[in-house]
Amino acid sequence: MDLLTPELGLFVWTLIAFLAVFFILRKFAWKPILNTLNERETGIADSIAAAERVKKEMAQMQSDNEKIMLEARAQSAQMLKEAKDMKETIINKAKEETKAVADKMIAEAQQQIQQQKMAALTEVKNEIGKLAVEVAEKVIRKQLATADSQNDYAQLLAEEIKMN
Amino acid sequence: MRFFSSIALTVALFSVSIPSFAQHEAPASEPTAHEAEAGHGEKKGFNASEVIFGHISDSHYWHLFDINNEPVSLSLPVIIYHPEKGVEMFSASKFHHGHESYNGYHIEKGMKEKIVSEDGAKIIDFSITKNVLSMIVSVVLLLVIMLNVAKKYKKNGTMVAPTGFQNALEPVVTFIRDEVGKPNLGHKYMRYMPLLLTIFFFIWINNLLGLLPGGANFTGNIAVTACLAVVAFLVMVFNGNKHFWGHLFNPPGVPLGIKFLLVPIEIISLFIKPIALMIRLFANMLAGHIVILSVISMIFIFGALSKVAGWGFVPVSLAFSIFMFMLELLVAAIQAFIFTNLTAVFIGQAIEEAHHHDDAHAHHGEEVNEVTGQGYHVSKNEIIA
Repeated sequence: MDLLTPELGLFVWTLIAFLAVFFILRKFAWKPILNTLNERETGIADSIAAAERVKKEMAQMQSDNEKIMLEARAQSAQMLKEAKDMKETIINKAKEETKAVADKMIAEAQQQIQQQKMAALTEVKNEIGKLAVEVAEKVIRKQLATADSQNDYAQLLAEEIKMN
Repeated sequence: MRFFSSIALTVALFSVSIPSFAQHEAPASEPTAHEAEAGHGEKKGFNASEVIFGHISDSHYWHLFDINNEPVSLSLPVIIYHPEKGVEMFSASKFHHGHESYNGYHIEKGMKEKIVSEDGAKIIDFSITKNVLSMIVSVVLLLVIMLNVAKKYKKNGTMVAPTGFQNALEPVVTFIRDEVGKPNLGHKYMRYMPLLLTIFFFIWINNLLGLLPGGANFTGNIAVTACLAVVAFLVMVFNGNKHFWGHLFNPPGVPLGIKFLLVPIEIISLFIKPIALMIRLFANMLAGHIVILSVISMIFIFGALSKVAGWGFVPVSLAFSIFMFMLELLVAAIQAFIFTNLTAVFIGQAIEEAHHHDDAHAHHGEEVNEVTGQGYHVSKNEIIA
């Protein structure tokens, strides 16, 4: 059948045209298009991967930040507590020291008072003794103003000695 | 506009003689199809097969329409190689629509239009026929479109979103790459992508141009599909690796006796591949054109019976031909895809690396099938065909 027999002329023209199209398009169309598509696809894939990575890093950073914040908060609380404790201890210590000093001073004062008192008492005793001796002297002087009384007293003393 | 200007350009470039709108008188005795088609007044018998074959076969004229029984057509340049006289070029208008002979040649109209030398020499016809001209138009269109799009890619760089026609083209290119190239050709697909893309777009654009009213039946011509199949076959043969040829001529693990049976079958199957490619595209496109033309012709067949029947059949025929036209639009893309896909499958078989463990099983199945004498490679991809 005529329809099934290929004509050489058309065959040759088709071959020439096809090959021309093939070589022209391969060089000037398909390579740039395919390369661009490939580059774009890898570019997009890379960008997505990068975005994913950044997202992960952000999440990591955020959790890190939170951790740091928590630590900082804990630290400040700790510091506050320590400061409070220190304040109390300082106050207590100061109180104790003050008390000790005060006690010591009181004790010293009391001791001094005691000493003063003793000194004063001794003085008073001495004075009283002196007064008593003076009074006794004066009394004795009056009693032994006469010769009789001197004799009597001498006799008395003698008798006492004798009795011993 | 670009389309028409490129037609004008190619005509100007390629025609040896200036093609003219030649209006020649057709003898009244010849009941041509054109008369019935154009002249409702004359009640000559309508010869549908002549009309249809006139449309689907190649011609040295680009017939447009008839006015008062006179064909209005573009006369195309004739280029003939005569073994003694050498190459001759002249306009087809010299033949006066096949009624006169010129320079010792005349046109013989059988099922196909043929130029015959009157001295009986075997001449080769390299004329710019209707199909060749249509192909040139399509090639120019293809180059203009693709180069413009490629320029855009170069200009815009990698990370700019595609605009305009890029958007139409890019899904198709990525489809061919991801659905045809990668699955069939493995990691070497990039090497064959230009070929596959060229085959696909070349067939597709020619299929579509063939669907235009008055368009040539280019891809429905066996010379064209044969040419494409030969290209595919040569690529396959020259890229076949050791593993491929080894399996072809010395199938491993097969008893000697069966080898005598198997190797011829394998060799036949090697040649059947391009023949299948050739016939599939040819037959599909040809059939589509014939069906559409037949449906249209029905109007005139009924019109020849009675005017009322002819007009009455117009809506039916139109509805049916619109349906067929839609179908053919689909077929135009599908056939281009199938041709490309099968080319990729065949090349993929030729460049397949020696046994990965995965497809050892598939191979085993194939061998069993061959042993049963079917000589048919069963692979998932081929079932589509």
